[in-house]
Amino acid sequence: MLNAALVFAGAGLVLATWRLLKGPDAPNRAVALDVLTLIAMPLMIGAAVYSGREIYLDVALVYAVLAFLGVVALARYYDRGI
Amino acid sequence: MPETQGMLAHVGAFMTLAGSMFLFLGALGIFRMPDLYNRMQAGTKTTTLGNILTLGGLGLLMPGWLPKIVVIIVFVLITNPISSHALARAAHRSGLPLAAGSVVDALAEDEAAAGIETGSNRDLDAAALADRKEVRE
Repeated sequence: MLNAALVFAGAGLVLATWRLLKGPDAPNRAVALDVLTLIAMPLMIGAAVYSGREIYLDVALVYAVLAFLGVVALARYYDRGI
Repeated sequence: MPETQGMLAHVGAFMTLAGSMFLFLGALGIFRMPDLYNRMQAGTKTTTLGNILTLGGLGLLMPGWLPKIVVIIVFVLITNPISSHALARAAHRSGLPLAAGSVVDALAEDEAAAGIETGSNRDLDAAALADRKEVRE
């Protein structure tokens, strides 16, 4: 069942990457990037469960924090410039 | 490999599968929807629920890690709406158009009525505003 979950999440990664590459303009790419990070983070936790290393949980948490800050910075940039 | 055995392991694996299905549906919405606001609607809500289910299921598989996983779930629950709201607001202010079949843009009309000039209501003068209101009523 975990392997099926991995397949679903991988297919989601492919679709969101397609939108990231094609997306007609920059805000669409930012949305695709947001979704990509939100799919990659559970995959990191899954890697932690598979390998049995608790340190990967900290990696996923820091990744989530940095992705959030990046998306907010991008939104602020589209709104009124740096 | 997972620590838990028996019923709890099955429940955790099923939750993980359901959550990854939600993640896939969110990516499908990103792939298929016609404009940015629809994409954001599909992509944000489903990935929030998918994250909660997936991380909760994996936490059931590894009960020793549950506190840290709950911290991550709460963080995603707080920050995901904030980031999507900031992106949608920035896109609407910079004048990104709605999809072709869209019927109403209430935020642009309200801002025009309040005298706030943004990218979305640049070509919306008083006559066009009254016209739109009349059409709706």
